[in-house]
Amino acid sequence: MRESIGRRRFLGYVLAAPTLVTAAEIGLRPTVAAASSAEFQLPSPGITDIVDLNDLMTVAAAPTSGLISVGVGQDGMVSFALPRAEVGQGITTSTAMLIAEELSVPLDRVRVTLADARPELVFNQLTGGSNTTFATYTPIRVAAAIARRRLLEAAAIELGSAVTDLSVRDGMIVDRSGRSIGFGALADKAASVRIEQVSVELTPRESFTVIGKPHSRIDALDAVTGRKKFAMDLDVPDAKPTMVCRAPTLNGKVGSVANLAEVRAMAGVTDVVVISTGVAVRAETFGQCIDAVRALRVSWKPGTAAGKSDEIVRRELERAELSLGLPPLTPTVEGKFTFYFRGNSALETNCAIADVRADRAEIWSALKSPIVAQRTIAAKLGLAPSRVAVHVVQGGGSFGRKLFFDAALEAAEVSQKIGKPVRLMWHRADDARQGRVHPMATSRVRVSYLGGTVLGYEQRHTSVATDLGHGLGEIITATAAQLPVGDIGFSETFFLLSQTMPYNFGATSQLLSETDKGFNTGSMRNVYSPDVACARELIVDQLAARMRKDPYRFRRDFLRDDRSRAVLDKVAEVGGWGRALPAGTAQGIAFHAEYKSVSAALVEIDCRPETVNRPIREGVAGPRVTRAVFAVDVGLAVNPRGLEAQMMGGISDGIALALTSSLHLRDGYFLEASWDNYFYTRQWNTPLALQIIVMPSTSEQPGGAGELGVAPAMAAVACAYGRATGTMPTSFPINHGTLSFEPKPTVPPVPPSPTDGLSHAR
Amino acid sequence: MPERTFRVNGEQVTVNVPDDVRLLWVLRDVLGITGPKYGCGINVCKACTSHLNGKEVNPCAIPVKDLQPADEVTTIEGLPATVGRELHPMQQAWLDHDVVQCGYCQPGQIMAAVALVRRVAAQGRAITDDDLDGLRNICRCGTYFRIREAVKAGAANM
Repeated sequence: MRESIGRRRFLGYVLAAPTLVTAAEIGLRPTVAAASSAEFQLPSPGITDIVDLNDLMTVAAAPTSGLISVGVGQDGMVSFALPRAEVGQGITTSTAMLIAEELSVPLDRVRVTLADARPELVFNQLTGGSNTTFATYTPIRVAAAIARRRLLEAAAIELGSAVTDLSVRDGMIVDRSGRSIGFGALADKAASVRIEQVSVELTPRESFTVIGKPHSRIDALDAVTGRKKFAMDLDVPDAKPTMVCRAPTLNGKVGSVANLAEVRAMAGVTDVVVISTGVAVRAETFGQCIDAVRALRVSWKPGTAAGKSDEIVRRELERAELSLGLPPLTPTVEGKFTFYFRGNSALETNCAIADVRADRAEIWSALKSPIVAQRTIAAKLGLAPSRVAVHVVQGGGSFGRKLFFDAALEAAEVSQKIGKPVRLMWHRADDARQGRVHPMATSRVRVSYLGGTVLGYEQRHTSVATDLGHGLGEIITATAAQLPVGDIGFSETFFLLSQTMPYNFGATSQLLSETDKGFNTGSMRNVYSPDVACARELIVDQLAARMRKDPYRFRRDFLRDDRSRAVLDKVAEVGGWGRALPAGTAQGIAFHAEYKSVSAALVEIDCRPETVNRPIREGVAGPRVTRAVFAVDVGLAVNPRGLEAQMMGGISDGIALALTSSLHLRDGYFLEASWDNYFYTRQWNTPLALQIIVMPSTSEQPGGAGELGVAPAMAAVACAYGRATGTMPTSFPINHGTLSFEPKPTVPPVPPSPTDGLSHAR
Repeated sequence: MPERTFRVNGEQVTVNVPDDVRLLWVLRDVLGITGPKYGCGINVCKACTSHLNGKEVNPCAIPVKDLQPADEVTTIEGLPATVGRELHPMQQAWLDHDVVQCGYCQPGQIMAAVALVRRVAAQGRAITDDDLDGLRNICRCGTYFRIREAVKAGAANM
């Protein structure tokens, strides 16, 4: 069908509406790599060459009938409700750019909002797997191109010209004599009274004037003036501040509360109620919620990780590890690496507003899986899903955290129990201790070689179970029958689909095994890849040394394609690979391919004692990454400035994962309760020099980018650390063995609010 | 309930809240001024950074009773008016460098940056890498490098 209407012709719709509304199917793409069933039967080593996670999510979306639509209003504004969550990754901006390109309208005339939960989209309202731009690139442009065509046709009648004599400029349609008419004046004239199917051509890549050019974020002005509204900033009548008193151990439940009446009588407190996750307190201000949470005297039942510690989990992982089999007769390089628990708290803690009435409910929250949230909340409340309106609000960061809807579910429960609207927010201590984490994992790697040839690569990744119960699991389950992976669970499928082997390393097997479902886990940014790639790249350095090759040259020789070599060459060239550096400092280089994108990182690290031991108040100094150079090829970069921002964030994450940030598990709870306990990268850990190179487009189709930077950055930092210190690191982050803070008490679960703010004025 | 009077962004306000409620909640929950964000509540993350009489403070750590009628609280919303423009030079620098990712920490980052530049200027010197290393505001999106560039650019125009 698509072939018969030409490579750049696509089908879409004009919808029946008073003003112009055009639409396309969100599953629409020119081609899908996973096309024929014969291709699915290839053996697993190269599975990501045939189909990766992006394809899977896109294939899953194809059968849905849900349309996404572009509207033109009488004010000349073009509007689009994006069925995804904006959490900082810049998709509202890149989406506006796609529409601006096809409609020849200035970016500030495009209004992109976030769609409420739309169950009819089935699988296609999940923000994850760096899939947004990949999946929406074509359908959004098709809808916009149809709108352009309809506006031209309406203008032709108004101006009495042939369509071929008209051009579109800055949201105006102009004829040859210079007469013009604005989009707003055409909005109703271009509208349709019935649904019409239309085919259009899209602007060819060589004619792009917006796509591929750097644009600043469309929400930047709102953000820097404080006008940008997050969930807790929304003005929902009577939705008063609400917090939850939580157990001292992970997922502990309420036994009994000794002083409910006393806390209910505290200043500002309106309600106190036991819920499934603790004791909820609603008050006039969050400050009074904190005081009430601290005043509650609760006896708790044991949690889901009772008595557990890092060491106990490490032994569980050891027992769950899949065998590498007998060692081959040829020489091998082997390594085993441990990655401790890490938190994926965003700066905005878990939060949601809920207004639950007898027959309906309304939820506001930053949700990356709003359909699953709607269904789950409806079931919890005993309402039909259609009676639960779920509004997706822009989020203050996610990093995988907002794939889940823990706060929305809690808010709904509290609102139903007390019969009032609530504005529920987790305290930072809650978010760190009870929030979702990146699971602790180990990775064992064995590479066999002979002379200058690598014969085989085996990796056994063993992890505390990752909870994919936010909808991605259902996508995989629904499509698993089409995949050549046999009868395995969806975590293992996800693992296979997200892991590539970028080097010509002979027979490759990378397997995941999971254990222990007692933790609150989730898909932290880049999911398995930072750990898997870090282990792989460290072993690559060892292998290069064994073969007496330079780490950059070795990678270059074994990479599988020109596109991969180009990013590696770029960082080596720009970063001055091999330049002389003082003892105790070194460069590291790493490569990673995922989401149909390729990337390379080169970093320089300073591990000299005077740097490592520099004084930092309430923080961790440690080795300093002094310089980072990063090259990225996403196929087609819609917004290079936004892409750079995503890589920058990935570098900050990679530095943290390699050097400073982890959670310490003791006696069934995580010790960290503050940003001065959990050492995410801070200014004093930030590279003093940073260059990000966006490679020229190599494709007609954008690959994924939101998570891409984390794995190569972490791996490059680890490799640099190994080369600077002369010892390959095997445990991450490298400082995990030293507890660099005094743990806060677990009872009460949140720390007191300080009173000495004035004395710190400066 | 006691009445407290002070000034916020150029206007006198009077609120009826208990003495020990922290200024952050008075601003957000009582006055509806939502630019200052909650990120930790214990003066660590600096997402609520605002100015009190021109100095950098964290409202999450200030009981409202500590404020006097003549005290001037400036939040991100009131920053442009302190220079009589639509945007403060630091906000403009933030736009020029497209610093923002999710944007949640940025009001606090900008208020901290302005205070840093003022302190350094009072010492009659230029901003150094050590000064920038001393900014404690968390940005979990990790846009620290653009923040450094924007602070230097904003300082040049202050």
